[in-house]
Amino acid sequence: MNLAEGVQIVSFGLLAVMMIGAALGVVLLSQVVYSAFLLGGVFISMAGLYLLLNADFVAAAQILIYVGAVNVLILFAIMLVNKQEDFTNLPNYWIRRGATALVALGLFALLSTMVLSTPWAVTPTAATAENTVVQIGEHLFSDFLLPFELASVLLLMAMVGAIILARRELIPPERKAQIDSAELDLKLPERPRTPVPALRGNRVETQE
Amino acid sequence: MNPGIDLQGSFIKALADLGLPAGAAKAIWMPIPMVLMLVVATIGVLVTVWLERKISAAVQQRIGPEYIGPLGILAPAADGLKLLFKEDILPAKADPILFTLGPVLVVVPVFASFLIVPFGQNLIISDVGVAIFLWISLSSIQPIGLLMAGYASNNKYSLIGGLRAAAQSISYEIPLALSVLAVVMMSNSLSTLDIVEQQSSYGIFGWNIWRQPLGFIIFWIAALAECERLPFDLPEAEEEIVAGYQTEYSGMKFALFYLGSYVNLVLSALLIAVLYLGGWESPIPVELLGQWLGVSETTPWLQVITGTLGITMTLLKAYFFVFLAILMRWTLPRVRIDQLLDLGWKFLLPVSLVNLLLTAALKLAFPVAFGG
Repeated sequence: MNLAEGVQIVSFGLLAVMMIGAALGVVLLSQVVYSAFLLGGVFISMAGLYLLLNADFVAAAQILIYVGAVNVLILFAIMLVNKQEDFTNLPNYWIRRGATALVALGLFALLSTMVLSTPWAVTPTAATAENTVVQIGEHLFSDFLLPFELASVLLLMAMVGAIILARRELIPPERKAQIDSAELDLKLPERPRTPVPALRGNRVETQE
Repeated sequence: MNPGIDLQGSFIKALADLGLPAGAAKAIWMPIPMVLMLVVATIGVLVTVWLERKISAAVQQRIGPEYIGPLGILAPAADGLKLLFKEDILPAKADPILFTLGPVLVVVPVFASFLIVPFGQNLIISDVGVAIFLWISLSSIQPIGLLMAGYASNNKYSLIGGLRAAAQSISYEIPLALSVLAVVMMSNSLSTLDIVEQQSSYGIFGWNIWRQPLGFIIFWIAALAECERLPFDLPEAEEEIVAGYQTEYSGMKFALFYLGSYVNLVLSALLIAVLYLGGWESPIPVELLGQWLGVSETTPWLQVITGTLGITMTLLKAYFFVFLAILMRWTLPRVRIDQLLDLGWKFLLPVSLVNLLLTAALKLAFPVAFGG
């Protein structure tokens, strides 16, 4: 075993321990903010594992998308939604916990049989790509073209939906009485936008 | 194999000649570039802080630091030392772990990004194939550190400040990435070495700034916003606003935030030099001069001169942008948060998309000039 292999084995062990520890923390900790931060740790360790597998592009994409976008989104959601719920003792609470444990154990058994039954022996002649980006591009535009296009359409739909959701501001009922109802009949139920006086200079008014 | 200085090869060979096994020689080599990069980044920050004081003094017709070393050169070191010895206060109801981890998460990715900055053909820590993409993805870790710092302070101002800083960081990352993507499209590679190579053929006329003027401006604005430099320094506005995520921080943890933002400024300036101004190439290519004088490219002394000139050129170009950033700090007024978000989402994002499409069209139309 030479130096490079030793470094790889040690870093694999460290990353695996980090990932399992962080994943357990995500599930077991009671503070939801801790769980969200630890989720970032799980994603980063996964990126490290991809790096060990010579998949540098996937590793960078993992950090950019999962750590930079998904995890920040989760954190924003947790920090902006200030929902307080008092703990109430439900009568048959153990049924829920038992059902959850049953489902989790079933999933675990399924996955472990999959791990044990799959032949993991890798053919040693697997060509290591010189330029991963070029290879990924070639695959995306030849044999994976349909999934690629479908994913693009799905993302576009999600984006349009997000814009529509973000633009609609429902009018609170007490204000709805004040506004002339005839004016609103043929329009989306949106609050009329009047900019604050300081902004009037540099904004286009969208009166609806 | 490209010509140039192979520092790693000669270092390992020198150690092997001394009788060390090859593996041990390699293991001794490995930490050297990393430590060197840390030192370079830190010295770059010290120089930037000193420049900031001197230039701002000149702008306001003052003298600036004078007595701490000649021309006040030691002032930034004294600052660092002062911050090191300040009491490190942990607010009573703050979250101790997250409070400490926040600044670390802001600083570490920025330092890690230095491993893709090239100072010459072989003067780079690691020639990653996806270098620019790696830089963008590493810089996307920063918002998590800001959110963590804001949350852990257990203070409403800090929490809102952290959210605002993260929002700023996210909204300027997209135009930044799109303008970089146009450059990447022209050079057909994500590697910083290839991007510089592609600009190297015609001296100053081959630089990307002539082909990407729009992308250059977008990159500069977005980079300033990412570094929280002055028209966009809302998260850390010094005494004008109740400061953002760093309200509760003191001592070394506070210094880490400032260190992070200054290292980020130096890094962005270096990357502007690499992406748009031909990196280590001098305005008149050294190889061309060598050809005129009849000196071969593989001559050792010419290679040493090329390497030195490369480092000097990169630093000169980068510090020109640091100078511009400092000048801007004392020239432009600060934007409001709604202006900041409007500029990012309603102006820079569409313009950078148009720039990307335009580059693609030009690449198809004139493959000679736009790297077809």
